[in-house]
Amino acid sequence: MIKYISSTINHLILSIGLIVMVIPIWIIFASSTHSSLFINTNGLQFFLGDNFIDNYSRVLFKQSGFFNEITALKMFLNSFVMATGIATLSVITSLMAAYGLVYFKVKYATFIFWLIFITLLVPLELRIMPSYIVMSKLNLVNTFAGLILPISASAIATFFFRQFYKSIPDELLEAAKLDGTNSWRFFIDFLMPLSKTMIAAVFIFMFVFGYNQYLWPLIMTTSEQYWTVVMGLKTMYGSISDRFAFVIMSMIPPVIIIIFLQKLFIQGIFQNK
Amino acid sequence: MVYQRINSNRKINMSFLELQNITKIYPNGTKAVNETSLNIDNGEFVVFVGPSGCGKSTLLRMIAGLEDITNGEISLDGNVINNIDPSERDVAMVFQNYALYPHMSVFNNMAYGLKNRGISKEEINNKVNDVAKLLEIDQLLTRKPSMLSGGQRQRVAMGRAIVRNPKIFLFDEPLSNLDAKLRNQMRLEIKRLQRQMGVTSIFVTHDQTEAMTLGDRIVVINNGIVEQVGTPKEIYSKPNTKFVAEFIGSPQMNLFNCKIENGIAHIADMRINLNNSANIDDASLGIRPDDILISDNGQHTCVANLVEYLGSDMIIYSKIGDQEFSCKLSSKINLNAGDTFKFDISNTLVHLFDNTNGSRV
Repeated sequence: MIKYISSTINHLILSIGLIVMVIPIWIIFASSTHSSLFINTNGLQFFLGDNFIDNYSRVLFKQSGFFNEITALKMFLNSFVMATGIATLSVITSLMAAYGLVYFKVKYATFIFWLIFITLLVPLELRIMPSYIVMSKLNLVNTFAGLILPISASAIATFFFRQFYKSIPDELLEAAKLDGTNSWRFFIDFLMPLSKTMIAAVFIFMFVFGYNQYLWPLIMTTSEQYWTVVMGLKTMYGSISDRFAFVIMSMIPPVIIIIFLQKLFIQGIFQNK
Repeated sequence: MVYQRINSNRKINMSFLELQNITKIYPNGTKAVNETSLNIDNGEFVVFVGPSGCGKSTLLRMIAGLEDITNGEISLDGNVINNIDPSERDVAMVFQNYALYPHMSVFNNMAYGLKNRGISKEEINNKVNDVAKLLEIDQLLTRKPSMLSGGQRQRVAMGRAIVRNPKIFLFDEPLSNLDAKLRNQMRLEIKRLQRQMGVTSIFVTHDQTEAMTLGDRIVVINNGIVEQVGTPKEIYSKPNTKFVAEFIGSPQMNLFNCKIENGIAHIADMRINLNNSANIDDASLGIRPDDILISDNGQHTCVANLVEYLGSDMIIYSKIGDQEFSCKLSSKINLNAGDTFKFDISNTLVHLFDNTNGSRV
């Protein structure tokens, strides 16, 4: 009986949380399927309208920006490339940095690690001018490389991978050595598959981090061709339902990534071994 | 048998594995192994036994190539292997925690070493299947290690070693994680497999029963020094040092501190005629608990303080002066705690050690 009551209460709390989080999104989505005129006269809507296809296709393909040089579709593509690039490079660099720090007898490895870790105190916003100068001297303004490279090394991901590698028993490496593996093969055959779930978790974190970048792409791009979704959100001057449609669409890419990697992601976060 | 190593091109009069004055000093200054020399013949099953921290595992790991050698020379099959990479030494090791690859199936665990040697897929398949049958794990080939029981993991770890058909098997306390029943079973199996394949094997353990039952020869190690090398029988019946005497045998050998004058040992007020003319001020007289002869017309009398009943045997704890000792006898004899009993100590069964250096007299 008590068990039943407590389970009911738990579900009640969870349901309230769910409703609180989902309802605003639902209202925006429902409103985005009405015409602007209808919303302006009748306020936010809770039920679906019949302008879904009209609104969304208009937003996707409309030329926008100050010089009307970019469509929303291109912004999604830009954001996707940038976020994927940042996530992929972060995973690769932090995997390898952690490998080097843990498995090679580097002198002062702990010191080097803390040096990397301390860069958490210097986020991009703090070093934005020097980073911009470096990138512009490398002629990388208005390129994807310029958008991606300065944020493609993650101290926190290096930290996660390092802690994980440290928990792998030495005997595994020794057995592999006797089985004739070399350091490259050990990385590919052992560490990569063993840290699969962690890679997924770090990838998602870094993807969302890259997707949410605002200040850096704003400074790095002068051509509207490189605008990202978050920048677009700021400059959406269209009608109210167009803006709602854009907001809803801007949430889709991270959600897709999470849906695909969800299983691995959850294992990765709760992995204590 | 496919997995029989043929020792055709071996030089005669030369040991298969030779350790010469091996010393290991860790960077922090600890001397783990000190000037150890040892020769092991082809096909021999040698057991390194000693208390934990005595350097036996270090010695094994140096043979495997997992530890650097500070000083000395190891040669295998006529070649010095000091600076040869572990993967090229042609040795296989079974680890204490098995060290199975957690993300690979049993098949891949066994096949990994072969793949790295560039052996063809078909041959790998055949070899792995043969060994899996030999070890009765052929039903488990598709499983991951996490889905196996302790005994099955142990078999896979051995399979991984066997499938490579190495020159030497190295076992690093592989049975210590198993429960007692399984341990006995695996012990027999290891012995049987080793006999069957005839591959030189070195087995490290701290358990003297394992050492006695498994080894063709036993190497007793203490504090990085080899105390004695010999067959189980030699080690048991003629321990070279006091340490070996205490370490091998269960229950432990009784050691009485005594003074020896003109061949007569004085233990408290007990006298034992040793039938020689030795004179040692500080000696230890050792006698195994089952070598103490209890009889109604024995020379010495003692009180049984405690009787431990073990089924077929029982162990009696008693005292001579203030020195405790135990004797093991058949439980058919009717003796209870508090009873007095008479016994003899035959001078042919005693072991005499000089306490100044612990060596046998």
